Amino acid sequence: MGIAAMLGAPIKRREDPRLITGQATYVDDMKLLGMLHMTVLRSTYGHAQISSINTDAASQLPGVVAVITAQDLKNKVGNIPVAAPLPPHITRGMGRRLPLADGKVRFYGDPVAIVVAENRYVARDALDLIEIDYEPLPVVSDVEKAMQPDAPLLYPEFGTNVAVSMHPSSEAIDNIFAETIANGGVIIKERIVNQRLAPSAMETRGVIAEFRKSDSTLNLWSSSQIPHLLRNYLAEQLGLLQHQVRVIVPEVGGGFGSKLNIYPEEALAAFAAMQTGRPVKWIEDRDENLAATIHGRDQVNYVEAAATKEGRVTALKFHVISDLGSYLQFFTDVIAIAFTLPMLSGSYAVPHVYSRCDIVFTNKAPTDAYRGAGRPEATYMVERALDLIARAVKRDPAEVRLLNFVQPEQFPHTMATGALYDSGNYAAALEKALDLIEYDKLRAEQHQKRARGKLVGIGISSYVEICGIGPKGVAPFGLYESARVRIEQTGTVIVYTGTSPHGQGEETTFAQLISNEFGIPIEDVLILHGDTNSTPEGRGTYGSRTTAVGGTAVYQGSLRLKEKMKTIAAAMLEANPSDVSLEDGKFSVAGTPQKSVSFAQVAAAANTSNTLPMDIEPGLETTVFFEPEACTFPFGTHICAVEVDPDTGEVEITRYIAVDDCGKQINPLLVAGQIHGGIVQGIGQALYEEVVYNEEGQLLTTTFMDYAMPIAPYLPALELEHTVTPTLVNPLGVKGVGEAGTIGSTPAVVAAVADALGVAHIDMPLKAEKLWRIIHHQ
Amino acid sequence: MSVPAVFDYHPVQSVDEAIALLQLYGDEAKILAGGHSLLPAMKLRLTQPEHLIDIGPIPNLAYIRKEKDAIVLGTLTRYKQIEQSEILHKYYPILPEGTALIGDQQVRNRGTIGGSVAHSDPAGDMPGIVLALKAQLVVQGANGTRTIAADDFFVDTFLTALEQDEIVTAIRLPLPAPHTGSAYAKISNKASHYAIAGCAAVLTINKKGLCTSASIAITGASTRIIRASEVEAALISKKLDDATITSASSHAVANADLISDIHGSAEYRQQMAAVITRRVIMHALERA
Repeated sequence: MGIAAMLGAPIKRREDPRLITGQATYVDDMKLLGMLHMTVLRSTYGHAQISSINTDAASQLPGVVAVITAQDLKNKVGNIPVAAPLPPHITRGMGRRLPLADGKVRFYGDPVAIVVAENRYVARDALDLIEIDYEPLPVVSDVEKAMQPDAPLLYPEFGTNVAVSMHPSSEAIDNIFAETIANGGVIIKERIVNQRLAPSAMETRGVIAEFRKSDSTLNLWSSSQIPHLLRNYLAEQLGLLQHQVRVIVPEVGGGFGSKLNIYPEEALAAFAAMQTGRPVKWIEDRDENLAATIHGRDQVNYVEAAATKEGRVTALKFHVISDLGSYLQFFTDVIAIAFTLPMLSGSYAVPHVYSRCDIVFTNKAPTDAYRGAGRPEATYMVERALDLIARAVKRDPAEVRLLNFVQPEQFPHTMATGALYDSGNYAAALEKALDLIEYDKLRAEQHQKRARGKLVGIGISSYVEICGIGPKGVAPFGLYESARVRIEQTGTVIVYTGTSPHGQGEETTFAQLISNEFGIPIEDVLILHGDTNSTPEGRGTYGSRTTAVGGTAVYQGSLRLKEKMKTIAAAMLEANPSDVSLEDGKFSVAGTPQKSVSFAQVAAAANTSNTLPMDIEPGLETTVFFEPEACTFPFGTHICAVEVDPDTGEVEITRYIAVDDCGKQINPLLVAGQIHGGIVQGIGQALYEEVVYNEEGQLLTTTFMDYAMPIAPYLPALELEHTVTPTLVNPLGVKGVGEAGTIGSTPAVVAAVADALGVAHIDMPLKAEKLWRIIHHQ
Repeated sequence: MSVPAVFDYHPVQSVDEAIALLQLYGDEAKILAGGHSLLPAMKLRLTQPEHLIDIGPIPNLAYIRKEKDAIVLGTLTRYKQIEQSEILHKYYPILPEGTALIGDQQVRNRGTIGGSVAHSDPAGDMPGIVLALKAQLVVQGANGTRTIAADDFFVDTFLTALEQDEIVTAIRLPLPAPHTGSAYAKISNKASHYAIAGCAAVLTINKKGLCTSASIAITGASTRIIRASEVEAALISKKLDDATITSASSHAVANADLISDIHGSAEYRQQMAAVITRRVIMHALERA
């Protein structure tokens, strides 16, 4: 393969050999001299007053170095950081917390005390010796009950569990609904639940904190998606200067948003290291991960839609209720408001969209961003609404979608929700998916099979989502990305990115960008990330923004250095810089290609400097910050075919087609990998996954024995295709693909199962018993 | 955090050595075979034995062999060996078939038949299969060796007829009569992949097509491993047509104490036990 073809090449991930062969270094692989081990005592109550804590026996256990409770943190450690506190209540402290529960526990898993000991066995044994007197308080684990005036309150001083309530007047939208009915149209209404999920990264969280008294420096290794934000907020939490804190993110085994947070254990390990003068390690166990790492989704939604009798949607009306859980993590409060509400029109040119929203505290673990973060919920609502309309007007769901799509020539397009979509060709993706699955034939087969008593169904989901998030003002900190590009004397290139890839594969795609731009082998490019002392200030990896925003910074860095190299090459070739071009790793003058200097020769000249003209600064290094002016909106259509076993209610996915459009693709193999993983997580939500609490706030899904993850034998072969509609908001034309599969897949699977059973809607997860009851009217 | 409490580890080289330690430590001791039920329970501190007696190093306890009147499996025979055994595929395909449904490959590389049988987990696959096969469990203790019929062995959830100082050393399966078919299948809990309801069936058919012997066990649905006697009675001496099988299967968990949890209500488990029993009987019949 020619180097010039690197952009768009389906090369294998450079990260994989070390990951597959077990050579990679995760937090738990690290051991520091004199390192202590931390364990966390967690609440077994959903809601309780702590009347007393006695740590004497635990402290006296041989091997225990320290036992720490909230009292020890007072005036020394600040609250858990929240990125964007919303008025009226959160800005006044509602939902904020110390790293350890102070007087009250509010969810099963709430950290109450830590033990630091010589090894993890003693640290664990000591937990059993801590005596706590709890006085149980009334629990509210149902979000709609939590909104009631007589509900038990998590924060009584605020007089409500509702943190923010946005209820604009619905008079105008109600008039549109009335008008539509008067004109012979249809309306649909449904309450749909987007259940709570556990992100379940393969690597649980983990931290090592080391405080060097000699220079008052805290080194913190953490399995995180956000090294710089963690450094900045943790410094503030601990009362340190930013440069006193160095965060290192080694290999990270997945995050899915769950590691886009500053967690109690990071400050606790740091505090314990500062107190004891020894390094402290904490590795989260799976039962802690399922109980105390953030959960995702958890919305109850009321969906209403009006449409003409042909199926053209005239108005959408939503009530979004977001279950925050008990406390705020980093983005807990803004998921529904910032990411669900703007996307409630989906891919459809609906003239009137109304939404009201309540975000509400309950006695459960905090929710926050989980792969898709608010967009899966929006997509699910609007796709379900389109299916219900198709059902009401007795038309095929594909036809109704085609009738309502925003048209290609309408972009950039401002939706009724206010969101500005960059580019799209929704009908092209849907039609390609219909062709691939031979839709008409499939419907005909469905008809025949149904006649023989088979429960077969087909579901379509035409999604659109927001990626490449960055415009100013979205968060209290600018959502830019950064790259420091350095060309060494030998002509090798090192890129220090402010992003923090943890499975996405940017060590490969960023290297492809550099290789492509400079015409050098990919082996000559090294991508470094995850150390706040060496990488420029960045925002980390989440929200499908790393390539669109961080990749653009890398690309622009390469352009800057290329220009400088042209100047140097021009001096070496005794030519005018504007006549010099770089091709296949050689700088030459137009018209005389035989006279050239290599990329490495120019790199050597720049770095050794002796032969450089005086007016050229030595070295080849630049740092670029890229802050996009607008977001990107990837889209696509997924079609799923299922067969439901009428005896058992078990679902088999018989076909799965995904046509995704993430703009230009730097590496189609990695795009396919992201889509694969995303679809599987989306199928997981549709069919299997659900965090369950009982009414007393006890978590019932504490291990993978009870929390059902999708596994390979239950999954179909995924048939992937794509369309390419570049974006204009970044020079690479890339949109983002990390979450698309998750967002697109869930509604397709639910629609297929509902179609198989001939019902309008079924709430997720579509467990066998639930379907069996519908089939047998039990 | 999931690490076990303190325990003493005793690797042993012989069954006698294991029995001596069992006598010494009584109910403070646990036998470790493959460890795939015991170790997770210890890490969650659901069980905290002070002494762990590892019988793994004992030689010659992992084998599958055909004797004159029985197929004999050593207690340390791993699931992987069962899955790949030509003898079992020929005589009792129910065993490799059922074993293939246990956990994943890593689990099957370590887990042992003796460990699963002695653990007596009603959600496990192996106890039900062993019960349907009318196995004889060879047990060794301080007072020597004795044999316990599977029907007498499984007493209750996690409770067997083993004395405190006894261990299972072998599982003897009577050779099947001609025209015997066996099968196992389950409807799985999608989280743990244990059975919501499973059925193990061993059927023998005579030349007239009548069922001369039926041995049916149900896994997963109830709080203990159960023989589906009413199903068996409804099959014996009958020609096994669809109606007979369906009708018989509806009694799969008659009188059983059914489990009800977030993975399946008692009602669903009862119905699924009937569904899976019907399907498994059909399958066993095809093989008879």
